[in-house]
Amino acid sequence: MTLELDTLPAAPDPEADRSAPDLTADGVGGRIDRSFRRVALAAGLTVLLALLLIAVVTTNKAWPAFSELGGSYFFGTEWVPSEGLYGIVPLVFGTILVSVLALVVAVPISVGIALFVTEVVHRRARGAVTTTIDLLAAVPSVVFGLWGFYYLIPPFQTAFNAVSDAVSGIPVLSTVLGPSTGSSYASAALVLALMVTPIITSVTREVFTTVPPNDKAGALALGATRWEMIRGVVFPHSTGGMTGAVMLGLGRAMGETVAVALLIGARPDITANIFAVGETMPAQIFRNLSEADDLFRAALIGLGVVLFVLTILVNVSARRMVVVIDRRVKGAA
Amino acid sequence: MNTTSTVPEDRTPDRVRRELSDANISIGRRVRNRAATVAMAVAFLLAAGPLVLMAANVFSQGLPAVTNLDWWTQPIPADVGRADLAGNEQLQDLGFGDQAADPDSTASTDSADSSTDGLVALGMQPAIVGTFLTVLGASALAIPLGIMGAVYLNEYGKRNRLANFIRFMTDVMTGVPSVVMGVFIYSIWVLRFGVEGKSAFAASLALACLMLPIVVRSTEEMLRLVPDPLREASAALGTRTWKTTVGVTLPAALPGIVSGCLLAVARAAGETAPIVFTIGFVTTTNWRFTGQNTTLSAQIYSQLQNGGDLATQMAWGAAVTLIGIVLVLTLIARFVARRYALR
Repeated sequence: MTLELDTLPAAPDPEADRSAPDLTADGVGGRIDRSFRRVALAAGLTVLLALLLIAVVTTNKAWPAFSELGGSYFFGTEWVPSEGLYGIVPLVFGTILVSVLALVVAVPISVGIALFVTEVVHRRARGAVTTTIDLLAAVPSVVFGLWGFYYLIPPFQTAFNAVSDAVSGIPVLSTVLGPSTGSSYASAALVLALMVTPIITSVTREVFTTVPPNDKAGALALGATRWEMIRGVVFPHSTGGMTGAVMLGLGRAMGETVAVALLIGARPDITANIFAVGETMPAQIFRNLSEADDLFRAALIGLGVVLFVLTILVNVSARRMVVVIDRRVKGAA
Repeated sequence: MNTTSTVPEDRTPDRVRRELSDANISIGRRVRNRAATVAMAVAFLLAAGPLVLMAANVFSQGLPAVTNLDWWTQPIPADVGRADLAGNEQLQDLGFGDQAADPDSTASTDSADSSTDGLVALGMQPAIVGTFLTVLGASALAIPLGIMGAVYLNEYGKRNRLANFIRFMTDVMTGVPSVVMGVFIYSIWVLRFGVEGKSAFAASLALACLMLPIVVRSTEEMLRLVPDPLREASAALGTRTWKTTVGVTLPAALPGIVSGCLLAVARAAGETAPIVFTIGFVTTTNWRFTGQNTTLSAQIYSQLQNGGDLATQMAWGAAVTLIGIVLVLTLIARFVARRYALR
């Protein structure tokens, strides 16, 4: 009786009978029980409904941009709204560049912290280290942006220009590390690295704790140093999980909005100079959506659709890789 | 006969200890091991250092504004950006970094002036009320829905295909950027109802989209920790599933659920991206869910855009207030989780 609402065939589940004894076939209790189940199912389905609505509604509102601009929207290399040029390539480029730069900085740091917590620090100090990193996750994005804007941009500018001067003669480096005005891909990426470190750390840490203690003890018993044990046992055991953690960090970095908007400047440009002013998709949406009209508005909502699709792809592949992620408790980290 | 003397002469404990000690490891291996350990500690400092620095900076800049009673009771001065045109110059001058001490001193004199002369009262009440309203609205929408969704996943669906699919999509939804939620609510709500649609309620909708997957997953995780014998005992007494869930399972998992929800609330309170184009802008306190409103995070951004001494002070003050709210929620969540933890 109580299984009638199963829309998909369920595996035979002995617990269902145990936890739902249908003693009175059709009393008031039975009806309450069934409606409670229905309400719960409906609540579970709202997640699917919400995702579906997001996809449908935003695509619908972005449709003018997709249909009118077509290829020049998805493959256009110039985003100049004032001249009616809506090519998203520079923004996609900026988003990916900033995210990848952030990961290049954040991944070694996160893995280091995760190892520090699981392998080095005394059990009693673990809580303190984890709490510190969790606090980093609790700081709102806009506060990172505010702080970075006033306290980091000036020293960054000095440092970037010093680096740029130092490499001025060298062929490739002088292009990649060019002159800077402070707001830049690199500035945004460094602050972004700080922001994605907590999530990469917490997932990597979970992955490391699943390494069988016997394998570790075995390596140590064979005379391996701690570092050799980490390289020989912990890392090989965790490659899948670590890749997933990095992908999750990538997803987070790509969607980060306010902090990036405040630190990157606002010039959609395809450049190899990581010290130059740039722009990302979320930042462009954030700056302009309130005042935009007609085609510009559709183009911005279209950016949201592209961002949605990209982050979904990244997250789906990340979740496939991290089975252990199931064990992660808080969504906030 | 002495049986303990079977240990060979060269295997005395002392000798074994010496063989196993670091001294017998080649210099290269020892150095690499030590370097790796140091690198791990440095990694931690690289993350913790900026956190401490940021906390120090934000609090030293923001406290003057927050400690004035005006902050909590007065409307936002509308013309704070135009109030001092020198502001833009100051923004450019920030390249020299030493401005750090400057706003501080002006803050104390300004706020002292304002309370006596009634010149410009640096108030933030509308944003504090707005933050409270939007988060309240989002919680009212997302928390019941999220808990019921988790009940379905853990108590009914369990491992069937639909439940697994919902679980997977919930995880995916956790990764959807908040700005996309904002674009979604903007498209479905603001574009439909026009400027009147911009309200604390619209912002609540966006934040609820953000909170829902977090609440579902953390609640499910907590329900899973409830031992099955509790459910079985209840069932053995002839209790219906819904009554077992409401009367036994949920109460048992309550501390964890509360903690997870508080973390979701803290996350929502700090969001800016989905807020700015769904809530509009006001400078006077609006206690209703309808009509335009503002929040602390939105104020930080817009005051930063305004530039100028006063606006900057207000941005820092709003940052301190916001961090305070988020920190309190996070700490309560951790306390509840630890103090009343199952297990």
